[in-house]
Amino acid sequence: MSAPLLRVRDLRTWIHAGENVVRAVDGLSFDIARGETFALVGESGCGKSMTALSVMRLLPEAALISSGAVELDGVNLLALPETSMRDVRGGRIAMIFQEPNLSLNPVMTAGEQIAETLRRHTPLEGDALEARVLEMLDAVRIPDAKQRRHEYAFQLSGGMKQRVMIAIALSCNPELLVADEPTTALDVTIQAQILELLRDLQKERQMSVLLITHDLGVVADVAHRVAVMYAGEIVETADSGDFFAAPRHPYARKLFDSLPTANKRGRPLAVIPGAVPPLTRVFEGCRFVERCEHALPSCSSSVPAWIALGAASGVRCQLYAPEMKSGLPAESPTASAPAQSTSAQTPVPQAPELGAQMDASNALLRVNDLKVHFPIRKGLLKRTVGHVHAVDGVSFAIPRGRTLGLVGESGCGKTTIGKGVLRLIEPTSGAVLYDGEDLIGLTRKRLRERRRHVQIIFQDPYASLNPRMRVAETIEEGMAALGVGEAGGSRGMGTERMARIDALLVEVGLPPDVKFRYPHEFSGGQRQRIAIARALAVDPQLIICDEPTSALDVSVQAQILNLLKDLQARKGLSYLFITHNISVVEFIAHELAVMYLGRIVEHGLVDEVLREPRHPYTRALLSAVPDVDTATQRQIIRLQGDLPSPVHPPAGCHFHPRCPQAMPHCSVRYPEMVLYGATHSACCHLDSHGSARKA
Amino acid sequence: MIKPVMLWTDALVFLLLAVITFFVWTVYRHEHLAAPWRKVGHSASGMAALVVLSCFVLIGFLDTLHYRVSIPGKDGKTTYAVEVLSALDAMVGPLRTQKEKTYSAPLATHLFAKETLQGADGREIREFPRLRYGGAGLKDVRRDHVPDVLQRAALGLGAGLLLWMLPVAWVCRRVARRSKSGLRAAFLSIARRETQVPWHAILLAIGAVCIVASPMAALASQYHVFGTDKVGQDVLYLALKSIRPGLIIGTLTTLVMLPFALALGIMAGYFRGWVDDVIQYLYTTLHSIPGVLLIAAAVLMMQVYVENHGSLFPTTVERADFRLLFLCLILGVTSWTSLCRLLRGESLKLREMEYIQAAHAFGVSHARIMIRHILPNVMHIVLIAVVMDFSGLVLAEAVLSYIGIGVDPSMNSFGSMINSARLEMAREPMVWWSLAAAFSFMLVLVLAANLFGDAVRDALDPRVSTRKAVPAAPAKAAA
Repeated sequence: MSAPLLRVRDLRTWIHAGENVVRAVDGLSFDIARGETFALVGESGCGKSMTALSVMRLLPEAALISSGAVELDGVNLLALPETSMRDVRGGRIAMIFQEPNLSLNPVMTAGEQIAETLRRHTPLEGDALEARVLEMLDAVRIPDAKQRRHEYAFQLSGGMKQRVMIAIALSCNPELLVADEPTTALDVTIQAQILELLRDLQKERQMSVLLITHDLGVVADVAHRVAVMYAGEIVETADSGDFFAAPRHPYARKLFDSLPTANKRGRPLAVIPGAVPPLTRVFEGCRFVERCEHALPSCSSSVPAWIALGAASGVRCQLYAPEMKSGLPAESPTASAPAQSTSAQTPVPQAPELGAQMDASNALLRVNDLKVHFPIRKGLLKRTVGHVHAVDGVSFAIPRGRTLGLVGESGCGKTTIGKGVLRLIEPTSGAVLYDGEDLIGLTRKRLRERRRHVQIIFQDPYASLNPRMRVAETIEEGMAALGVGEAGGSRGMGTERMARIDALLVEVGLPPDVKFRYPHEFSGGQRQRIAIARALAVDPQLIICDEPTSALDVSVQAQILNLLKDLQARKGLSYLFITHNISVVEFIAHELAVMYLGRIVEHGLVDEVLREPRHPYTRALLSAVPDVDTATQRQIIRLQGDLPSPVHPPAGCHFHPRCPQAMPHCSVRYPEMVLYGATHSACCHLDSHGSARKA
Repeated sequence: MIKPVMLWTDALVFLLLAVITFFVWTVYRHEHLAAPWRKVGHSASGMAALVVLSCFVLIGFLDTLHYRVSIPGKDGKTTYAVEVLSALDAMVGPLRTQKEKTYSAPLATHLFAKETLQGADGREIREFPRLRYGGAGLKDVRRDHVPDVLQRAALGLGAGLLLWMLPVAWVCRRVARRSKSGLRAAFLSIARRETQVPWHAILLAIGAVCIVASPMAALASQYHVFGTDKVGQDVLYLALKSIRPGLIIGTLTTLVMLPFALALGIMAGYFRGWVDDVIQYLYTTLHSIPGVLLIAAAVLMMQVYVENHGSLFPTTVERADFRLLFLCLILGVTSWTSLCRLLRGESLKLREMEYIQAAHAFGVSHARIMIRHILPNVMHIVLIAVVMDFSGLVLAEAVLSYIGIGVDPSMNSFGSMINSARLEMAREPMVWWSLAAAFSFMLVLVLAANLFGDAVRDALDPRVSTRKAVPAAPAKAAA
């Protein structure tokens, strides 16, 4: 094997935060060979982004590289003066960032930003420079490169922006591309496009890629080698194939176990107990010992050594030490029963079998032809010049004690439905029947009485709790507004409400003594628990979950999903579960509705929709989801272009401009709903009577 | 015998003090409210600024305790003097009464301008006349002046340092008792800046105040430290008297302004739609009228009213006080727009926050959402605005008095001092001390207020405080 392109040895990056030193990166060593994609995986806060920034020497002011070496082709980057480092950055190592909206300068055109890098690193001028800019835009497959070159960031969609970012990064033919969560902010179909692009470009240019991500699916898709980071150090390195076939480190195994999938539906997900230890402390043993099921007594007293297993793989765990011989029992990641970790939790019983449940009379919530249009006003007199058809005629029903998953890409109107049902956004027309009573048209006062029964949980646990209110006040607010429990006197809350708050906190898995704390003292998962307790405080029957886990790490997501399932089993709650994450829906939902541009295109039981998708959009969406199961070869159905604007939805079937199976017929008329059985339906001309035969 | 006099502004100052006391008491009683304020107590610059600021506030407060002295009447009845004095006047007694004829330089023994005097032999000579009070005790002025000044200054300095020892000793004892260590160890820990409360900064600030104030006091009994003005009044006294109007304008105006800014700003941002339109039109209109014109018109109208209703204002002090109060009102009415706009923007952002949506989902009333969710989350903006406005208003008072529509001419203020300095600076040789005194007093006051405001903001801003958040509950029950 030739010398590696990038060689990182014993890298330590410390952040000085007040009196404490956070050892964000603590003794990291890895190599990246030429033409190899090396993935660093880990949960938030494990130091993976800090590693990338250390390699680029772009650390924030408070952070310092205290020791180690970063060698690019044998040259130690850490010893270079800043002026030479600037030639390396962008020239030999390029970086793309997570948030395409923030990484392009809004006052420069796409072409100018590519040219800027080229001018710095190459002698190109004039026409040659222009030609190179066009070449780059073509290379990242931006259609109409000539025209797009003159567009500003706001004129480009998220996927296009990320393409431009990649074009900037690749413009000087770097040897190493550092990609820090390049697709996290994108939708799955766009993510599939970008990942494919990255893979192709990497192959074409024989470039090395340092991919940083938290998404195991993305890793499985593109990486050659994988390193798992935990609490500032690498705990396992392996070839991608080996890693996904049999992860070695207990932490890596737990990560796999906590991924929600369909075949784990019957039982709670494995969770990793506890939290990542604070990186301010000095570790005397294994960093994972407190959360590890297989911990030995010696694990907490001696730091585990790096145990090389083969040429390019290794693990930092005593179980694999030569004298232990066995290592961890080779169990397949999906089969490992979460024995100890979930013993405290009541097993989630399978919900009573369905079929009859779908029948409309039993529906707790029925939404009929709901429309939410936002007027676009222009001019001095604010006249309405058009409408955003955010939700355009959606109907569904949720029976008692069941979960309807609502999936779709961003901008398809799924969140608007959730808010429309609660009348947080006033629907334009349609009916929302809760227990037979139409919530639309109720007066504020009558509606308030109904508010007890329907509640909502939001996506961002940092924005959903008022930072100025203590936990008890937050939870009490709903009770006070809706008159649940006796009100306290002038001196705060009554004892009844206090007792209830304690009970609620226990119910969501928090100790009751946290109630006098402020939200900023809690982690994301704990905040989400508080938000759930707040919703539960008024005893709702239906909870609208608006992407409740998409801001959380996989292991925390597993905890929250378990909690939601457990609550459903105990209290008979119904959920409208809005998400873009198919695997979460697979795990938690009973029924599934797929949305595209304000309308539901396919609806049915989860298994029906996921196993036999009927609508071309559903098929494309499902094929785009990166899968950790590398054994099954999937064919990605690549969708062209982006989601059209909901201001002027395409005529006929909204999906036809991107549909690989579009027929002339499709652009004329919106397809009727076609039934594929008692519970499964889709809106597509392909199978509708007559047209399918004609085609 | 004295008779206390309560002027309008005095009453409002007492009200303000009562409110602040109540607020402090509530904060003190609630641990969660006190925690961020304790962080203010840990900021070195903030606490040093607070020491200086409280000196100003103390002077202003002493100047607020007004009274009239009794004059024994002819037939046993006591009548009261027309002149309204304050506790400050009583404390600095000689400064007020010892008036020279006209300008004299700081620490001078002679007047600033030559006058024609009659010599002992009856001949007329042009000479700098001797001051009535400045250096009056000196036998040989030429020989004794400088040594006397130096001696007094040194004595004052020594006394100041001795005086400084008192708080130093007290703090050392306190720290020693808290940490259960010896006095020496306590002193060393303060000197090494190891204490949580920045006692070193507080003590240094107190030391600075002692070192400046004590020699001044020592000299002031014999000399005019900052010289005298055109009519021979001690400039130090004028500067001290100017503190109260400055503080009053800075605080009462804010009180007038806050309700407008808070209510309208939050409502505009929260309700949007036509409410927002109306409020925006209102403040855009108000903002586009030149503020000075509006204030001038209002002040002139008020003057006419005062003249027509002379019986309501028996003394000149009451008249001046009414004018000051009115100035606060009109400044408040014209200056709420910028804070209102800030609050509107912030409320527009906050209303989309998910916790507000969650409150909507509970059917919480609009008023309650605005008070419980939005108001506490914009308080840091309000606090910053209030502190920044405070300094701005102290400066605005100076500008308004300078162009003649500020406080009553009979009332001392920094603005009127600067106004008179306009002519003094044009003289040759220049009379600079009036301006210098006003400038340095105002600079110290405004700087201290700004530094303290920064410390408060750092402690209260949630974005700053979350930076050092610690993970809370150690165990997760669901795990």
